Amino acid sequence: MTRRVAVTGIGVVAPGGTGATAFWDLLSNGRTATRGITLFDPAGLRSRIAAECDFDPLAHGLDPELRDHADRYIQFAVVAAGEAVRDSGLDSGREDPWRVAVSLGSAVGGTTRLEHDYVQVSEHGRRWDVDHRAADPKLHLAFAPSTLASVVAEQFGAQGPVQTVSTGCTSGLDAVGYAFQTIEEGRADVCIAGASDSPISPITMACFDAIKATSPNNDDPEHASRPFDANRNGFVMGEGAAVLVLEEYEHARARGAEIYCEISGYATYGNAYHMTGLTSEGLEMARAIDTTLDQARLDPTLIDYVNAHGSGTRQNDRHETAAVKRSLGDHAYETPMSSIKSMVGHSLGAIGAIEVVACVLALQHQVVPPTANYETPDPECDLDYVPRTARPRKLRNVLSVGSGFGGFQSAVLLTGPDGRTR
Amino acid sequence: MSTQRPRRAAITGIGVIAPNGLRADAYWKSVKEGLGVLDRITREGCDHLPLRVAGEVRAFDAADLIEERFLVQTDRFSHFAMAATVLALDDAGLGSGDPAEPYDIGVVTAAGSGGGEFGQRELQKLWGQGSRFVGPYQSIAWFYAASTGQISIRGGFKGPCGVVASDEAGGLDAIAHAARGVRRGTGALLVGAAEAPLAPYSMVCQLGYPELSTVEEPDRAYRPFTAGACGFVPAEGGAMLVVEDENRARDRGAAVRAMVAGHSATFTGASRWERSREGLAHAIRGALDEAGCAPEEIDVVFADALGVPEADRAEALAIADALGAHGTRVPVTAPKTGMGRAYCGAPVLDTAAAVLAMEHGQVPPTPNVFDICHDLDLVMSRARPAELHTALVLSRGLMGSNAALVVRRGGDSAR
Repeated sequence: MTRRVAVTGIGVVAPGGTGATAFWDLLSNGRTATRGITLFDPAGLRSRIAAECDFDPLAHGLDPELRDHADRYIQFAVVAAGEAVRDSGLDSGREDPWRVAVSLGSAVGGTTRLEHDYVQVSEHGRRWDVDHRAADPKLHLAFAPSTLASVVAEQFGAQGPVQTVSTGCTSGLDAVGYAFQTIEEGRADVCIAGASDSPISPITMACFDAIKATSPNNDDPEHASRPFDANRNGFVMGEGAAVLVLEEYEHARARGAEIYCEISGYATYGNAYHMTGLTSEGLEMARAIDTTLDQARLDPTLIDYVNAHGSGTRQNDRHETAAVKRSLGDHAYETPMSSIKSMVGHSLGAIGAIEVVACVLALQHQVVPPTANYETPDPECDLDYVPRTARPRKLRNVLSVGSGFGGFQSAVLLTGPDGRTR
Repeated sequence: MSTQRPRRAAITGIGVIAPNGLRADAYWKSVKEGLGVLDRITREGCDHLPLRVAGEVRAFDAADLIEERFLVQTDRFSHFAMAATVLALDDAGLGSGDPAEPYDIGVVTAAGSGGGEFGQRELQKLWGQGSRFVGPYQSIAWFYAASTGQISIRGGFKGPCGVVASDEAGGLDAIAHAARGVRRGTGALLVGAAEAPLAPYSMVCQLGYPELSTVEEPDRAYRPFTAGACGFVPAEGGAMLVVEDENRARDRGAAVRAMVAGHSATFTGASRWERSREGLAHAIRGALDEAGCAPEEIDVVFADALGVPEADRAEALAIADALGAHGTRVPVTAPKTGMGRAYCGAPVLDTAAAVLAMEHGQVPPTPNVFDICHDLDLVMSRARPAELHTALVLSRGLMGSNAALVVRRGGDSAR
């Protein structure tokens, strides 16, 4: 018997607002949270804009140790997980802790802290033989990527499989996908799943500058992230976290939990093509979409919305437009496909989970979030990108897709309460 | 193709880049002989740090196995992983050319430290010279997914690709992830981990681990289960395995070296070693259960052997808790005391050693360990001949994960 996987709680820390309510308010109104970088002085960089979180670590009741010492991306994750667990109504005291898992993604983990301390121990890049006496004694917590899942598991009493997933910009989708598999295969009944990144730092901005992947629209940051628009010129860096409580369906029903929707499929493939490049055909992403549809035994014509990776680079927008057409056929032209990166930027590993939460909210509200800033059609991208204004629509089955450096191509399928066909 | 037959995960190839040997045969020779290779760290810029001893991979020239165009855009940790992949594919008889069915082969790695040396060089350029001096490969060399991505691209592997960015136990989780990938329908996966944590800044980052040994004499620095246990010694290197659908392997005439029979993972909190007893015992029971294996069937245990007194005690008790009376009789070994702990690479190296031990009928010894203070049959001094059908590999991570993996000898009849 197949175990079904329900979403029973969501939490989010995103640019423009903390909490699912503020997040949906931003998306459904098509507002953008991109702006000039304030987290550090970006002078000298090609791209000096980002979607930053106005996050006050004092405002969320964090443990003093986490509040004062944890990395920003860990704080994001703990706050988002706290919201998701509260939302789910899960009482961790009543759960078998060995049956509670954690699966969290991050593309760059503690690199912001690592860079901060590097500057001290290297005397601003003067020495290779760095001086350990100037380092924070807890620097290992930034060095170890598994700190993310470890801290969250500790906070919420999870003792089952606990893992951090790091597949570049698909980390968030893959972390949700691994969680889905963990429950489906019976290795846990509950999984705290999601992703977090806080990559707005000199080294991360500089490395994307070096390959001109980020937008140099420094004079107009609010309109800088322009996925699918003919005048796009790269992505706008973001930060944030999103966490979902995933739960075996009968387990959720038995405790009377409110079920948002189900995760009904997940797949990932490598493009084996290029670490940063994408083909114009989108074969591997299309295969990921096809596999999720097979898992759910769903006809492609029953997809009601595609949440795009939509980073706002020409190669991405072309690649995924081709992939969606390949998988959905003519139905692609009738299926709205939007990119919330137009509003909240691209938070690397976190964004996949943030987009899954956007899909959960879209299903809940029966509204498709828009692609902000979309004005000028690109002949290479000829689908319905939901320009600027959210759109009410009957939503049953929703896809979220993503691509990541390293060639990762992932898809997660969500199905609302009345969307199941089996 | 093989839809009628159950899909089981076999190990058909082993590639090793370890401090005590490059290639599986050289590695096994050192492991069987109990060779200790821990030594003073010689990597540039490290000699002033209060961490003096580690397991370094020496005499390794990545250019022997990997093309220059890949080497320039990757860190040492990916060099190790790519080289180990070439060796594993060769060992499995899969070559390294583009596969006929690219979606049938995936890649999964575990990573606990990323491309630290490459990252430090680029940080130095950024802060020493300016942002314009950061090179185009920083965005793809430093992050944890670098090795999986490059292995996929170099080999033309389009199957499911994944990265567990984990503490040590993630090495076993990655193997289990690959085995599940086989059960879900992928023909074969390259899986494993390799680490390169011995760059100056990476070493500074590790100094805060309370479990780290800073003893300066190489043969006294890492002695788990003894009264002189003083922490663990880090290492670089690792291993990649080919995990393949058993029927696919047999259909193409490949040798089935071992079966990935069972796995389980738990979490009991970072550095809470006393609690790891319960977590590790729970993981062992889960792995035995998945393998359909009775405790008495375990012929050898490859211990985590952290080298911290309370962690060693917790592990000895966990083995007893999960295996009962058999736990004090079963041979236990920890070859890693001779080469150090290569973070996520360590349990993959142990899994490779377990497969080789079963093939050779020898339990390898635990180098540098002589008098133990726990109720374990720890194999010391020299290898012990034994008929080995089933091995249990244990791993715990510094951030709180516990994992157990059961592997069975390949030639044995299906259970």
